[in-house]
Amino acid sequence: MVGKTIVEKILSAHTTTSNFKIGDILKARVDFAFANDITGPLAIKYFQETGARGVFDKRRIGLIPDHFTPNKDIKSAEQCKLLREFAREEGIENYFEVGKMGIEHALLPEKGLVLPGDLVVGADSHTDTSGALGALAIGVGSTDLAAIMALGEVWLRVPPTLKFVYSGKLNKWVGGKDLILYTISLIGVEGANYRVMEFTGEAIRSLSMDNRFTMCNMAIEAGAKTGIIEPDEITLEYLRGRAVRPYQVYKSDPDASYEKIIEIEVSKIEPQVAFPHLPEKSKPISKVGEVKIDQAVIGSCTNGRIEDLRIAAQILKGQQVHPEVRLIIIPATPEVYREALREGLLEIFTSAGAVVSTPTCGPCLGGHMGVLAAGEKAISTTNRNFVGRMGHPQSEVYLASPAVAAASALAGRIVSPEEVI
Amino acid sequence: MIIKGKAWKFPDHIDTDLIIPARYLNTSDPEELARHCMEDYDATFIKKMSRGDIIVAGKNFGCGSSREHAPLALKAAGVSAVIAKSFARIFFRNAINIGLPIFEAEEAAEEGLTGDQLEVDTREGIIKNLSQDKVYQINPLPEFIQSIIALGGLKEYVQEELKRREKDVQYGEKKEL
Repeated sequence: MVGKTIVEKILSAHTTTSNFKIGDILKARVDFAFANDITGPLAIKYFQETGARGVFDKRRIGLIPDHFTPNKDIKSAEQCKLLREFAREEGIENYFEVGKMGIEHALLPEKGLVLPGDLVVGADSHTDTSGALGALAIGVGSTDLAAIMALGEVWLRVPPTLKFVYSGKLNKWVGGKDLILYTISLIGVEGANYRVMEFTGEAIRSLSMDNRFTMCNMAIEAGAKTGIIEPDEITLEYLRGRAVRPYQVYKSDPDASYEKIIEIEVSKIEPQVAFPHLPEKSKPISKVGEVKIDQAVIGSCTNGRIEDLRIAAQILKGQQVHPEVRLIIIPATPEVYREALREGLLEIFTSAGAVVSTPTCGPCLGGHMGVLAAGEKAISTTNRNFVGRMGHPQSEVYLASPAVAAASALAGRIVSPEEVI
Repeated sequence: MIIKGKAWKFPDHIDTDLIIPARYLNTSDPEELARHCMEDYDATFIKKMSRGDIIVAGKNFGCGSSREHAPLALKAAGVSAVIAKSFARIFFRNAINIGLPIFEAEEAAEEGLTGDQLEVDTREGIIKNLSQDKVYQINPLPEFIQSIIALGGLKEYVQEELKRREKDVQYGEKKEL
């Protein structure tokens, strides 16, 4: 008998269909479902229109107003109000008000609400982030979420898996962000469409959880259904004291079948910078050339965790942000914010001339807290550099790690951390 | 069903930020979303197009965010169908779920040009380019997805499923008595 991948094992545990094969459509039980202030209001409207008498499970739904919050304008305030009132009416336990709210894909793992072996479905494309815990975490739209809130299940097509094996030792200043940007540049922005990206190998096992979250977060930028990393000691250590319920660890069998196995030697990889206007347009830092910047953003569901802020602080400590650059730093959750406060990172940032924001998705999607004008360029630790993503359609976004973003904020142009430290 | 309309050609990787920029996502009103449809790709598109027109696009149409506002904006703008070489998976689900007709047909998408008169016969699974006098096959959809479309969308499927479950519960209770 052929072995199974971690994804096939998780699917088996969540469906009554036996002996399914790739391409089959299954109905699967959902362990945790969530939406934000953009996707939530539509999901609530459709949920109410189905005539459902209540949500399938009050403990297994999350409503997180993280995109345009703290409310950036009256319309956003109305959307958030709708979310808040629905949460109260339905008795949804995991509604997070401003102050307790963090960026959903950083907050939910931190709170132990999404766990290894879970089927997690979120109305946000970066739901794949939680795949770093060994969960099957899939992004959908609002109607799908409404259906899940009513039924507790979702229809899924069984995906093939691409296995990525990372070997060798990482260079200095190279982390999860560089590995994933490099990988997307290899396979392209639709290289994994409808497929799962399973990240394995010694270089992955040596990565911290924060770096693993960054990698799985951007699987969607290659079109993937999700990214996943099988749990190990580092995962279990992260979950200690967090997990709100028991969980099941699944691992891929050695003889599991993959559509393709891609081997990547990481010692050749330099810090990466993805040029406008697609995440696949990565170049190694040594080939970037002269790119002056007006703004640098460090944060988002991709790179707003404590290790990201520590690396930024290491580079910014005792230095001054370039006079023609605005550096905006956004801790992803209140816990990250408090930890950064305790460690003195916020002191380092503000002394260097950076501004520190409350947790929000804000500038990543050109919402607020750092929107770009025509002709402006930003280096950003976020996940998308599409036309108009951070503001004016004639602005440009360059994607990179917190280390490169911090170094570039000091230099006023895109540089390697080596140039400023 | 027969869908007829004039084609508007778009390239590969039309992302959801192009279909509806995030700065307009502080509302979910379809009419308001429609006013900004494709704005950052071509600010004049919404003025030039007419209701019933068909979008013909390259590969990976709808890549990026999960915002259902993207297919909603297209539908409310009066786009009657999208024919593409391929679709990003979340956009694909969203379009099916809200009842925006989408068709994967590589050659039809490759050869179709702005201004061409197109006709989609969903029952026969064919696309006709009347201007170029060509006929193309549509990649067939899985049965389950066809059943959602036949019901009118996922919301209608959920309504059916809730009714079925309610019946099961009633039956279960009777049996216990």
